[in-house]
Amino acid sequence: MNQGLKINTEPTPRVIPVHPVAMAVEEDSDESSSLYIAHQKIYPRSVTGIFAKWRWVMVVITQLVFYGLPWFDWGQRQAVLFDLGARRFYIFGIVLYPQDFIYLTALLVISALSLFLFTAIAGRLWCGYACPQTVYSEIFIWIERQVEGDRSARIRLDDSAMSLEKLVKKWYKHFLWISFSMWTGFTFVGYFTPVRALGMEFFLGHMSSWEIFWVFFYGFATYGNAGFMREQVCKYMCPYARFQSAMFDKDTLIVTYDEQRGESRGARSKKADVATLNLGACVDCTLCVQVCPTGIDIRNGLQYECIGCGACADVCDIVMDKMGYPRGLVKYSTQNAMTQGWTHAQVVRRVFRPRVLAYTGILWVIVIGVGVSLALRTPFKVDVVRDRASLARIVSGGKTENNYRLQIMNAAEHEQRFTLAAEGIPGLTMMTDDQAIVASTESKWISVRLQVPYDAIAAGSHPIYFSITSGSPIEKIVEKSVFLVPR
Amino acid sequence: MSDFTSNFWSMYVAGMSLFGILACLLLLWFSGKAKAMTANDNTTGHVWDGDLREMNNPLPRWWVGLFIITIVFSLIYLVLYPGLGNFAGQFGWTSVGQFEAEVAQGNKEVEPIYARFAGMPPEDVAKDPQAMAIGDRLFMNNCAQCHGSDARGSKGFPNLTDADWLHGGAPDKIKESLIKGRIGQMPPMVAAVGTPDDVRNVAHYVLSLSGSPNDSLRAALGKSKFGACAACHGIDGKGNQALGAPDLSDDIWLHGWGEAAIVDKINNGKVNQMPAQADKLTDGQIHVLASYVWGLSNKAAAAVAPAAK
Repeated sequence: MNQGLKINTEPTPRVIPVHPVAMAVEEDSDESSSLYIAHQKIYPRSVTGIFAKWRWVMVVITQLVFYGLPWFDWGQRQAVLFDLGARRFYIFGIVLYPQDFIYLTALLVISALSLFLFTAIAGRLWCGYACPQTVYSEIFIWIERQVEGDRSARIRLDDSAMSLEKLVKKWYKHFLWISFSMWTGFTFVGYFTPVRALGMEFFLGHMSSWEIFWVFFYGFATYGNAGFMREQVCKYMCPYARFQSAMFDKDTLIVTYDEQRGESRGARSKKADVATLNLGACVDCTLCVQVCPTGIDIRNGLQYECIGCGACADVCDIVMDKMGYPRGLVKYSTQNAMTQGWTHAQVVRRVFRPRVLAYTGILWVIVIGVGVSLALRTPFKVDVVRDRASLARIVSGGKTENNYRLQIMNAAEHEQRFTLAAEGIPGLTMMTDDQAIVASTESKWISVRLQVPYDAIAAGSHPIYFSITSGSPIEKIVEKSVFLVPR
Repeated sequence: MSDFTSNFWSMYVAGMSLFGILACLLLLWFSGKAKAMTANDNTTGHVWDGDLREMNNPLPRWWVGLFIITIVFSLIYLVLYPGLGNFAGQFGWTSVGQFEAEVAQGNKEVEPIYARFAGMPPEDVAKDPQAMAIGDRLFMNNCAQCHGSDARGSKGFPNLTDADWLHGGAPDKIKESLIKGRIGQMPPMVAAVGTPDDVRNVAHYVLSLSGSPNDSLRAALGKSKFGACAACHGIDGKGNQALGAPDLSDDIWLHGWGEAAIVDKINNGKVNQMPAQADKLTDGQIHVLASYVWGLSNKAAAAVAPAAK
């Protein structure tokens, strides 16, 4: 069986060419086709089974998190809030400043490595079970099914002439889709502006123009992508769909068709003796194609359109049960397992291969690094800005004076008293108040003057160190600067 | 828009832009007509190196719709906005115009805030926490470059936090300095003072005015020569704010302390300038800023409510 990605090294006689419709395909002859392919609407049939169950579990979990999170409070504020206006990012107990952008980078690195890891082990799990594109498509298809019926009913409805019933069903479906999309857009905006206040603004009709724009923008994107674009996003727009094959190897779990067992395929009577028919286990019912959300035929081998959802495996098991054949004609397995007839234990043992161990190792290093960094984070930051224009000034009493501005950013959610000190030059004196009070999550500029006796040190630039100590908890930050003495 | 002596380059650029759009349209048209060879295994039939084949992956047709949208958008854009040579576009948009409109809009938005302070005397504005927060930001953006972020100045740039004023420290005088700017000018006085020795003597006399360390013998000799300076700085050296002549008796040395610095000023004179701010700031901003600067040296009078700290 050939599982090479799209490049068939040996011709397989039973491959069904995917041609644009209306192109007559003749055996062994070249045809010319348009450079563009018309969109063919896909009507995925509903399916039950172990993979379908897991898909719905993931839909419920991801959506509970997405829709639920903004409504949780943490103390006096929303637990998760990205306040772009004030440039403060609240995630439960943590208050992040724009300067903490490195944590977002770390989060993205962790996400990317997790994807690599999951993909290497178990194929496109993300695509099939957690990607918003698939999850919302699943929800929208479910709504569609509630209103218009399952696959055959939907095809019949679309083919039928316009009638009152069709009009009502279509309008009702779009009404439900749009309502759901708007709620999604509202929730999205709720991550950036307090969601309860946003709800009040909505009912009073006070929403700002930007809030309205983003609710509609995100809502429209949901409606368009999940309602109409669906598998087109995966096939033509998603970069991840294309580069995932780099993470695949022969021990990666994929949805596969057991070609040796299945071929030659063909319809047969349930009562017929298979042994005499010269047929494989595949009854060619095409249900695996009908349930596929991306409209491919899994019997052609692994294809880049496959999002690894396992719907075909579910439906094929049902058919096999009906026929009284063993399950697993289409199953979730690895290429090596299929070709070499490995047992479950052998497949599991191959999970611990160098590629997976490397991904896991790097992932753990970064996760631990980020965890330690977050745990050791001081709840405030300091920037020292030396006055650029005035290098130094000579003040009464035979002193040289330098002037600084300290920006203290309080990342704690209570008022903090900071003690300032400077050292590095003998006789360095701070002429300004050594105490500063900064309100909760605020940042404050503090003017600091330092003086040195006129002849204490040579002319030039001398390193000095500001130490800023917070009251509760007691943490200290040391920032370097320079003291300039003119000639 | 007279960047060039002739209209040629404008026409050239406009022609190129339109030609490019037309070429895109033609490319779309021909690619819609074109056919690709397709073998029945869904490759183009091309084979390299024995087994490398080219798959036939046609672009979705709705994608063509996106291309058409970009072409329509570009044409509408070129009609409305400048893009075709020196054609200004129906909207008459310019970057300068947008900037000025945004500045005007911004000023209009803050106008009510400044309007509240405009009717208040500077002494009261200096007590208002909101006005002082605005004043602080205005000072940081417009004044701190020379006077320092703490307004204490440096050599050549006056300290604004003390009681020593070159041109007067009353609010209306500060406002005048802000609006018109100031030029402080001291001519070289060496000819009027006399020999280099006389200059040194006068320098020591000037030092003695503020009780700074000096040679009392030279100071006594220099006193008679100080007459040349008294025209501006006054007989007692207390200066003259009408002329911008500094007080020499207060131990504040804008251009350097000590004999050498004073000798240098007598020999060479000094021109010092504060630029006028009237074009950069609105009347409302100048009123707040003048009050802020006045408050810097009148802390007690301008004691802001503690909550505003």
